[in-house]
Amino acid sequence: MRVIVDEDRCVASGQCVMTAADVFDQREEDGIVVLLDPKPHRGLHDEVHNAVMLCPAGAIRVQEES
Amino acid sequence: MRDQNLETPTTLPIRRDPACPFDPPPELTRLGESQPLTRLAFPDGHVGWLVTGYDAARAVLSDPRFTARPELKHSPLPRPNVRPGGHDKPPAPGWFAGMDRPEHTRYRRLLTGQFTVRRMKALEPHIARITADQLDAMAAAGPPADLVQAFALPIPSLVICELLGVPYGDHAFFEEQTTVVVNMDSTEAQAMTATGNLSGYLNDLVRQKRARPTDDLLSSLITESDLTDEELTNIALLLLVAGHETTANMLALGAFALLQHPHQLAAFRADTALTETAVEELMRYLTIVHLATPNRAASADVEVGGQIIRKGETVVMGLPAVNRDPGQFADPDALRLDRTDARHHLAFGHGVHQCLGQQLARIEMRIAYRALFDRFPTLCLAVPAAEIPMREASFVYGVWQLPVTWEQA
Repeated sequence: MRVIVDEDRCVASGQCVMTAADVFDQREEDGIVVLLDPKPHRGLHDEVHNAVMLCPAGAIRVQEES
Repeated sequence: MRDQNLETPTTLPIRRDPACPFDPPPELTRLGESQPLTRLAFPDGHVGWLVTGYDAARAVLSDPRFTARPELKHSPLPRPNVRPGGHDKPPAPGWFAGMDRPEHTRYRRLLTGQFTVRRMKALEPHIARITADQLDAMAAAGPPADLVQAFALPIPSLVICELLGVPYGDHAFFEEQTTVVVNMDSTEAQAMTATGNLSGYLNDLVRQKRARPTDDLLSSLITESDLTDEELTNIALLLLVAGHETTANMLALGAFALLQHPHQLAAFRADTALTETAVEELMRYLTIVHLATPNRAASADVEVGGQIIRKGETVVMGLPAVNRDPGQFADPDALRLDRTDARHHLAFGHGVHQCLGQQLARIEMRIAYRALFDRFPTLCLAVPAAEIPMREASFVYGVWQLPVTWEQA
């Protein structure tokens, strides 16, 4: 899995940090998403999919790698 | 597929069943069971849409072709929700709830750094202290108590006052004015006057802080941005009203719901691990932003849920039905505090306008519900449930009073 975030779309809701704190963080100054781990291990995939679903701004995408 | 353009449009269902104060209006539930979107008749003659389906609500709220601008939307209620500058005028400077990208982004990004998950977690000890103080005072005064005045209203009011830099000594004033604004029983003129009173008060505060900045959000916005006094006043109004009214109603209505669901309350008391999902489930189940908002207007023809929404049509989310969509939530009418997918509720909205203060609200609720039921193990209603006055005609649902009692140790 490859995680892609779009800082321009991000509205800093914090939903991704609440859902997958090992993968996402927020910038101190404006709360915009910081990607901590673009290739999270399999054990985190459910959390990441949940974060994609919960992001209100559609700012997170994943590409599944075969 | 039926052609809904040929059907008689419905009016917005607002009447609840007095015997089921936690359930959406039965007519709204019925619409939600039959279709995700329904044609909606507005008091001014406009015909738009009412959304009761979860996927359709997400689609509308996350699509930039739907605008939040007040002058492009029709009000589904006879008395529109009043905003600075007027409900049918372009948004006043700083009133970013009524703006679209990129104008909205500019304002929101000035604030989002103040409401991050990390910053809100850092407030936990402080919020716990405020909560303990309120519960101490309630215990000292002895039973009975009105849980709204003793607990639900002062906690979020104190928190948002300190965060923004609004003197808490003025809380009776801004709480009363806010009640007039959100209550549909007040006339539009009364609501406009109350909005003006709040604006005047906050404009004075902005000028004071510009002269003598203090350590709070409003002062840092003044010193670190180039916002005008008018913009700052409207931002402060949005944060102050949204910051106390919504959480206060969740705290009181949530406590009422837990008291009426003794098995769920027993489970909550027995397991601190339930706190986070309990808060999300109470938000889903109660959905206090229940009337007429959020709403949008289509700026192009857009297909949603198999229907074409035409350019110019206003779309109203029926969030209480959306959050009980059986296609999204199993057994949706049951309050189940261990519901693992409760967080998928849209009670904070969705899209770029999703609640700015959601992480603060969550932390306040987690701390306050837990502290209340720990501190008062025998807490119960002091009057029959049917006598609790419900805020049916308010833009934010809840209770006007919640008389409770308990056994003194």
